[in-house]
Amino acid sequence: MASVTRHRLNKRLLRAGHLIGLFVAMTVICLPGLWVVLNSFRPTVEIMAKPPVWIPNDLNLDHYRAMFGGAGEGGVPVWTYFRNSLIVSVTSTLIALLVGMAGGYAFARCRFKRKSTAFVVLMASRAVPGVALSLPLFIIFGRTGIIDTHFGLILVYVAMNVPFTIWLIDGFFRQVPRELAEAAEIDGCTRWQAFWKVEFPVARAGIASAGIFAFLTSWNEYALASQLTRSVTSKTMPVGLLDFTSQFTLNWGGMCALAVLMILPALVLTFIVQKHLIAGLTFGGVKG
Amino acid sequence: MTRVKLPPWLVLLLPAFIIIAAVVLVPLLLSLYSSFTPYHLTRPDTLWKVNFPFNYQKALTDANFWAAFGRTVLLLTVALNLEMLLGLGLALMVSKVTQGQRLLRTAMMFPMMFSPILVGFQFKFIFNDNVGLVNNALQSLGLADRAIPWLVDGNLALFAIICAEVWTSTSVFAILILAGLYAIPQDPLEAAKVDGCSPWQSFRFVTLPFLMPFIYIAMAIRSLDVARAYDIVQVMTNGGPARRTELLWTLIGRTGYVDARMGYANAMGYVAILLSIAFTVYFFLKLQRARRDLGMGD
Repeated sequence: MASVTRHRLNKRLLRAGHLIGLFVAMTVICLPGLWVVLNSFRPTVEIMAKPPVWIPNDLNLDHYRAMFGGAGEGGVPVWTYFRNSLIVSVTSTLIALLVGMAGGYAFARCRFKRKSTAFVVLMASRAVPGVALSLPLFIIFGRTGIIDTHFGLILVYVAMNVPFTIWLIDGFFRQVPRELAEAAEIDGCTRWQAFWKVEFPVARAGIASAGIFAFLTSWNEYALASQLTRSVTSKTMPVGLLDFTSQFTLNWGGMCALAVLMILPALVLTFIVQKHLIAGLTFGGVKG
Repeated sequence: MTRVKLPPWLVLLLPAFIIIAAVVLVPLLLSLYSSFTPYHLTRPDTLWKVNFPFNYQKALTDANFWAAFGRTVLLLTVALNLEMLLGLGLALMVSKVTQGQRLLRTAMMFPMMFSPILVGFQFKFIFNDNVGLVNNALQSLGLADRAIPWLVDGNLALFAIICAEVWTSTSVFAILILAGLYAIPQDPLEAAKVDGCSPWQSFRFVTLPFLMPFIYIAMAIRSLDVARAYDIVQVMTNGGPARRTELLWTLIGRTGYVDARMGYANAMGYVAILLSIAFTVYFFLKLQRARRDLGMGD
């Protein structure tokens, strides 16, 4: 009997430990983000209060009002940054998807020599750190006059996103049985039609998740954007965050407000394709 | 019109290779060349003077460079291993939950959506010695009687940076390992139980080997983006205090843009590039081997 009780106690302890561990982990994961959201609604006086104010007693929209207010007190051309970010991210994602679909299809369906070498070379090109790449790009873009334009940034982001997009899409096309397209071709489709009418719809979810990844990368990229954009004509939101800093002070509240604006689209997009995202990453990688 | 018949795979891959050649390869060749010159941004004519081994000699004999190099490798090793272990732990805990798992999974992906630069600011704020969350909490709980200078002391600053880095990337590992846990076939686990394995043994000898490819995928995905730490460090400490958190990337950025010594910065940049590529190629080769071991390869 004693051993049974001990066993039960052990089990209960294990369960409690599990729950506590999970709770702590989730708190650590969520707290920094929620704190940013909370601070975007608090007046600067309260954020900077010493001793700290733990229970917020004055929530308002002042930082948002100041941010959207334009020039003057803490005004930052948020909408321009938002538009720049959106144009650059969406365009580069679409192009990267088209190029990635072509490449992924080649890796999934065609046989050629040195396939895995080509693959690793492609991936290695993605690993070049942004800051090291930005030095020569800065020189070239400066000479050709595409520095501080949407076009320049889009070009760079397409190149950045293509390798990873190819990897994910390759994995998804592998999951589509070859016979499906072959059957369509027997029924009189051309290769092109078979692709768009049969293989593309099946792999669509996976392609969408590759798109989200490309979008998030462009949306959040800083190292290259900070050097290749100079003015409001092309500055993206991550670079815009620096507008809230001056030499010795930092407008935390205002920065948090812009941060919330940056996270929201990413949050919505990620939650929509959550399930495909995981499947895409793992099966693309394991079976690919 | 005569058409040269290219093999279809080449036609399909051509756009990808052209774009990558234009944006990655050509600039890399330029930076290779300019690393052989004393190129200074404010004096364009210096681009045409070749002084081949000078920049490299200078870098290789520069104590600051080696300190930054060592610190970068140290940071990557510590951060990647920590992320892997924490991610494994988190995935195991989440996989044991029976109710509300979807919610947990969603919450787990939260840090992935944050821009690295934002993470930098966020943790600069959290570790601020005066109004930061960590110090406020420690002082309110009476664990510390005065402010701990997190970002001012060299070692503590490195610790703070590792915290930020681990916070952003653990979820990548956790999610991929979780997907691996779902995909584990149940038969070998039951067989192990019947044969009298302890839970630890069945984890060590059945679950873990099966998870390895998933861990390598996560490592490979992470290794594509290790330089992301640049954004975080740039904002949190900018390499300070007194170069105590200087990484290769921040050193390059400062030399190139602030001191305008592009030639020298590019020479150091090459070391950083080779380091990143070595990480990536290593993990991709590991991944390919792990796949072959499981019989999932081509």
